[in-house]
Amino acid sequence: MNTVVIGVIGADVHAVGNKIIDYVLTQSGFHVVNIGVLSSQEDFINAAIETDAKAILVSSLYGHGEMDCRYFKEKCVEAGLDHVKLYVGGNIVVGKQEFSEVEARFKAMGFDRVYGPGQKIEDAIADLKLDLNMA
Amino acid sequence: MKAYLLVDFGSTYTKLTCVDLENEYIIGTAKAPTTVETDVLEGYDRAFKYLISDHPEIKEISGISACSSAAGGLKMAAIGLVEELTVEAAKRACLGAGAIVKRVYAHHMTKREAKELKESDIDIILLAGGTDGGNAECIIHNARKLVEADIHVPVIVAGNKDAYDTIEDIFEPSNVEYFLVKNVMPQLKKLDVEEAKHQIRKIFIDKIIDAKGIKKAEEKIGEIIMPTPEAVLLAAELLSKGYEDEEGYGELIVIDIGGATTDVHTIGEGFPKRTEVILKGLEEPFAKRTVEGDLGMRYSANALLSLVSNWEFKQYFEDDDACDHNIEKSLNRRSSNVDFIPKTKDEEEFDKAIAKICCDVSMSRHVGHVEVVHTPLGDMYYQTGKDLTGIRYVIGTGGVLINNKDAKKILKQVNKKSNKALELRPTNPSILIDKSYIMAAMGLLSQKYPKVAIRLLKQYLM
Repeated sequence: MNTVVIGVIGADVHAVGNKIIDYVLTQSGFHVVNIGVLSSQEDFINAAIETDAKAILVSSLYGHGEMDCRYFKEKCVEAGLDHVKLYVGGNIVVGKQEFSEVEARFKAMGFDRVYGPGQKIEDAIADLKLDLNMA
Repeated sequence: MKAYLLVDFGSTYTKLTCVDLENEYIIGTAKAPTTVETDVLEGYDRAFKYLISDHPEIKEISGISACSSAAGGLKMAAIGLVEELTVEAAKRACLGAGAIVKRVYAHHMTKREAKELKESDIDIILLAGGTDGGNAECIIHNARKLVEADIHVPVIVAGNKDAYDTIEDIFEPSNVEYFLVKNVMPQLKKLDVEEAKHQIRKIFIDKIIDAKGIKKAEEKIGEIIMPTPEAVLLAAELLSKGYEDEEGYGELIVIDIGGATTDVHTIGEGFPKRTEVILKGLEEPFAKRTVEGDLGMRYSANALLSLVSNWEFKQYFEDDDACDHNIEKSLNRRSSNVDFIPKTKDEEEFDKAIAKICCDVSMSRHVGHVEVVHTPLGDMYYQTGKDLTGIRYVIGTGGVLINNKDAKKILKQVNKKSNKALELRPTNPSILIDKSYIMAAMGLLSQKYPKVAIRLLKQYLM
């Protein structure tokens, strides 16, 4: 079974969306390792190493995601996780910004998939199945 | 009278505690130097002779239980994947089983590390790595490295179970003696060390005490059932939890300051006590033991100045201590002459300061600590480790503390400190001293007579 690590990054305590993502991914046949709220990049990376995760799904709802996600990909590469898919979603930037620009910025930071506010988790699952060759 | 004998083959002394099971009191204790080099029974016989001559009323011994930390105790190596996760889980399994963790390896072992491990004097290796269903590749790699290095000590495999078939295929044709047990971290941050601990104890009984020349004692006194530190931990757990209608003391700490190490045991969940505190890191064991190899009264005295500055050291002297201690010289004197016994008041005061530092620093390392996170919803806190602010009892044991008239003063160092505000230290616990030195003996006794053991603990800790 494919293992994915999920959690809410930085000083962000939004727990409800995190639980919903956990539930839906589990229902869709993933083995979910949920590291919960207030998680650091290192928490995500350590969890992914021990559990041999295929993807890391980072949530952020409080607007500071861009700062919290800086150099995340570089750290993954450093930890030998360059093959692990890296997703991010939520209210990931400050204020209202053009999503296509936000997406481009996060992709340049090394994220494979970027989701804006209001996007359905089902979309991410479809992408995940594609990226992990599960279709 | 129904006399029951408890024996502790310690690194320095063989200690005997004789208990009357019927009237529930300690008839007497005796000790003699441990004689591992020649015949371990010599020391035992001598101590037994002392016991009988002091207490001629002992006519017959109804049973004996023994533990041992002789010949350097039980030395282990812990191998895992991520430092904060499976490596830490493996270390906790070893410590909880009463071992000293001499070697620690994370991630993929190198040839050089495997060679170093083979050449070290460890007794058992605990090989972990990966959650169940998680990373299997690393533990398999490390199993191969152990075979390539031709390791001669038993290996307990306690990692990702998905790797077990392959690991068996690797170990089976080799000379490596191995045991497969449950994963010490089956899920992320979930600790499950019981089976690993059980296996460590089993190997200790079956093989290690034989290799250390203590097996001979078994012909006379029956099985040696556990390493001494585990016996202390069991006694602490019993006293904390209680037994049947004997109420326990609740959450407690046991501190043992020795010549080479300082051991701290805590019994309690240590969960956060406030809602804005979020627990981080690996799950804590209910009965937790840590061993500080650089904190001790003699062997490791020289290491103290690398932990506290000269100025900080002076803060541990009593206010009325007028002596101008030469700290470096005094520490050197103790580490180069480990049998040093203080004779003057100044020397006693200096020893007391060392003991206070051991107590204070070991506590800093053992307790959990909090870290503030500023979130849009206000300040939140991360807690790593156990919250021990609500601890009710602190118990001092071991030669240094029980023979010191100021033991309670020394143990006060566990308390909350203004300069260590982020450490979750006890606030104002009651302090008890194991005056009769019975903790290990009661841990042994608890295996057969838990009720008598807890009653005696309550009676004799003061």
